[in-house]
Amino acid sequence: MEWANAIVQGVLLGGLYALLAAGLSLMFGVMRLVNLAHGALAIVAAYAGLVLVQKTGMPPFASIVIVVPLMAILGWVLQRTLLNTALNRQALAPILVTFGLAVIIQNLLLELFTADNQSIDVGSLASSSIQITPDIAIGVFPLITFIVGVLVIGLLQQYLARTATGRAMRATSDDREAAELMGIDNKYVYSLATAISLGLVGIAGVFLGIRTQFNPTFGDATLIFAFEAVIIGGLGSLWGTLAGGMILGIAQTVGAQAFPSSGVLLGHVVFLLVLAFRPTGLFPKVVNG
Amino acid sequence: MALLEVDAIDVHYGDFQAIYGLSITVDEGETLAVIGANGAGKSTLLKTIAGINRPRVGEVRFDGANISGLAAHRRVPLGISLTPEGRRIFPSLTLEENLLVGGHTKRPGYWNLTTVYETFPLLADRRSRLGVHASGGEQQATAIGRALMSNPRLLLLDEVSLGLAPIVVENIYAALPNISAQGTTVLVVEQDVNQALKVANRVHCLLEGRSVLEGKPAELSREQIASAYFGI
Amino acid sequence: MSKSLAGAAVTQTVKVRRSTRSSYVGVAVFAIAIAALAIGPFAFLTKGNQQNLVTLFIYIILGTMWNLLAGYGGMVSIGQQAFIGIGAYGIVYAADNLGVGPIIAVPIAMVISGAIAYLVSFLAFRLSGGYFAIGTWVIAEVIKLVTTQITALGAGSGISLTAFAGAKPEIRIATVYWMALASVVVAVLVTYLLIRSRLGAGFTALRDDPTAAATLGVHVTRSKRVIWVAAAMGCGLAGALLAANTLRVQPDSVYSVQLTAAMIFIVVIGGIGTIEGPIVGAIVYFALEQYLSDLGAWYLVILGSVAIIMVLFLPQGLWGLLSGKGRIQLFPTGYRLISGPPIAEGSKES
Repeated sequence: MEWANAIVQGVLLGGLYALLAAGLSLMFGVMRLVNLAHGALAIVAAYAGLVLVQKTGMPPFASIVIVVPLMAILGWVLQRTLLNTALNRQALAPILVTFGLAVIIQNLLLELFTADNQSIDVGSLASSSIQITPDIAIGVFPLITFIVGVLVIGLLQQYLARTATGRAMRATSDDREAAELMGIDNKYVYSLATAISLGLVGIAGVFLGIRTQFNPTFGDATLIFAFEAVIIGGLGSLWGTLAGGMILGIAQTVGAQAFPSSGVLLGHVVFLLVLAFRPTGLFPKVVNG
Repeated sequence: MALLEVDAIDVHYGDFQAIYGLSITVDEGETLAVIGANGAGKSTLLKTIAGINRPRVGEVRFDGANISGLAAHRRVPLGISLTPEGRRIFPSLTLEENLLVGGHTKRPGYWNLTTVYETFPLLADRRSRLGVHASGGEQQATAIGRALMSNPRLLLLDEVSLGLAPIVVENIYAALPNISAQGTTVLVVEQDVNQALKVANRVHCLLEGRSVLEGKPAELSREQIASAYFGI
Repeated sequence: MSKSLAGAAVTQTVKVRRSTRSSYVGVAVFAIAIAALAIGPFAFLTKGNQQNLVTLFIYIILGTMWNLLAGYGGMVSIGQQAFIGIGAYGIVYAADNLGVGPIIAVPIAMVISGAIAYLVSFLAFRLSGGYFAIGTWVIAEVIKLVTTQITALGAGSGISLTAFAGAKPEIRIATVYWMALASVVVAVLVTYLLIRSRLGAGFTALRDDPTAAATLGVHVTRSKRVIWVAAAMGCGLAGALLAANTLRVQPDSVYSVQLTAAMIFIVVIGGIGTIEGPIVGAIVYFALEQYLSDLGAWYLVILGSVAIIMVLFLPQGLWGLLSGKGRIQLFPTGYRLISGPPIAEGSKES
């Protein structure tokens, strides 16, 4: 029955991965930009939450209310200054610039906070759980994370599908010049997309900071997990990213159950298998924009 | 009353010059056709008016104001709307969403989803179809409807007949009187000379980036048009 | 055709040349430098100097390889550390366990790197752009995790290179130094010849416009695979030298993504898309590392900022700046049209 428990834990872990991956997926969808600093930015949010909780004593979930707008503004500024410029340069520029950004962020965090492991304290919430069956217990915090992950994906999906700015983003993604002819300023659209992406990363980072011990070097693994969730799920589909996150989570927890300390490796193996046999992912968007 | 004045513009693509010292005026409310062979510079002219290209020399004036340096997305609120060459509707959006995107720039006027569907009934039936699955005629109707949604004062139509069956082209052009009836100024670029002459109040013929003939369709003979078009 | 002053019709002749005056100078300078470096251990280079120069040569090789991938192949990889690690483990395994000695072990390590790169390419090439970059990183992580499971390779704590045991330090250090010097010369020359060949012209076309290149008969995937395997072998070579220079292979350092970060900085600072660029970049990076490493994490913050500024505002790099955007070419890879003397119509030469 430990396997059933592992699978349940994996599904819940998938909620966190989907939450982490949503912003990455959005930025790629709208402007074909893979943000290599995505993981590092999640850790920035985690530290922001940590500092707020430690300095002001506010409840950790409340810190999200402050972290998200701060991250969104950071995203807006980054896009308006660095990333819009990079997108207008040669093809390699956005990858190199976001990679440089990741290095800068990671090392600034190292200087500010050292490499010590830290975590955002939520008191008893961290360990409380609901007993579903005699063998399966669901942690309350992982459950909250999963629900938030699903909500975020759902809301983002609705935003893109139903609102005018969401449509403007999809149109710009399809054909930037034609969208301009509709009066859509792509600099603005891109900045909005990055602001939303980083706002989402803000939520994800705080949840991550609560869930595990973290330090500045965590950005690397975070980026890799977000990326694996997106690819397994299929490019262009947010619900696919949720599914990909869950599959990755299950692979990791089941892997850890089978071979202790090999959970992450099994996640990588599943990713590589998807890449080998279903390179477009499991639920890709049908239309190529 | 001249709504649009193109004043002696030169337009280049890198080192290649597409337009040489071209001057055109369009009065409010009229329908002007610009005809010419492939490569004559017709599409380049429309793209320069819409803001995708910038003239290296000369000015583009709209309602008296110089808009030559204005970005394309800033010209739409002024009332300029381009239906681009090749339709270029958004493939991953439905036809209705395409129209809604056209209405992104809100300007007051007659055109909205209802009136666009009245003018192009075939769209009303297929509004949920994805752009990528639409036929040529549906795409063209969507592209024009999309351009109308911003209630432009000046509608630019680029090669509407390209790649479409004659009967489809007829249906598309049948909608033009509705558009002019609203007082919209229309600039039509066409390779199909007959269609252009049928709908236009005035005609310009371009050859290798220059205007070589101008006048009202009734006043121009077949021979005049043919020699201007082919440069003989 | 134009009319000469005498009124007779005249044709402008044109010659096609591959080298320029600056490239002859370049060859001469290069040859003298290599000769001087070769006799260094006998004359003016201390043991410390030699070990430092080995590090510099490793950086030049790494930069040249990353530039081959990104600048000529259009592939941004942040997983090259996989092949550096394979090369490092490879030389130790071949030299110690197989007993062939450190020098023969180097090409063996390179071949192993190349073989694994070839197999991995079938997975990696299913991605492109930024996702390809992260994908190569995942593959590198997998290779690292798998390596640390193998007890014969020291599992998590790594292994030592024992093939030099018993040799006097100055002999060992000089041997590694000459191995590294030979390696960097071979690596740069092979890369240069590859780019200059017909295969290389295809690479440039492929980088600029893969679709158009394909229509011209450039076999896009095969070309990319050649570049990928060649770059992996070069990184394996660098890894082998790294192991020989430090005598110790540890998974966390030899598979570190910091190595890729160094490669990227070297190429971005030196100039992407030229043979000379990575050499200049490696020298600058090496110097910065010597002088700024006391700053700890700030050093990397500075490096990252410099890289971003270079990418956005000086994409041709320091070499591009120095060479006037390609007017000086020490390693000429293109063709130049030189105007010849005009010949009159009807003359003997026309």
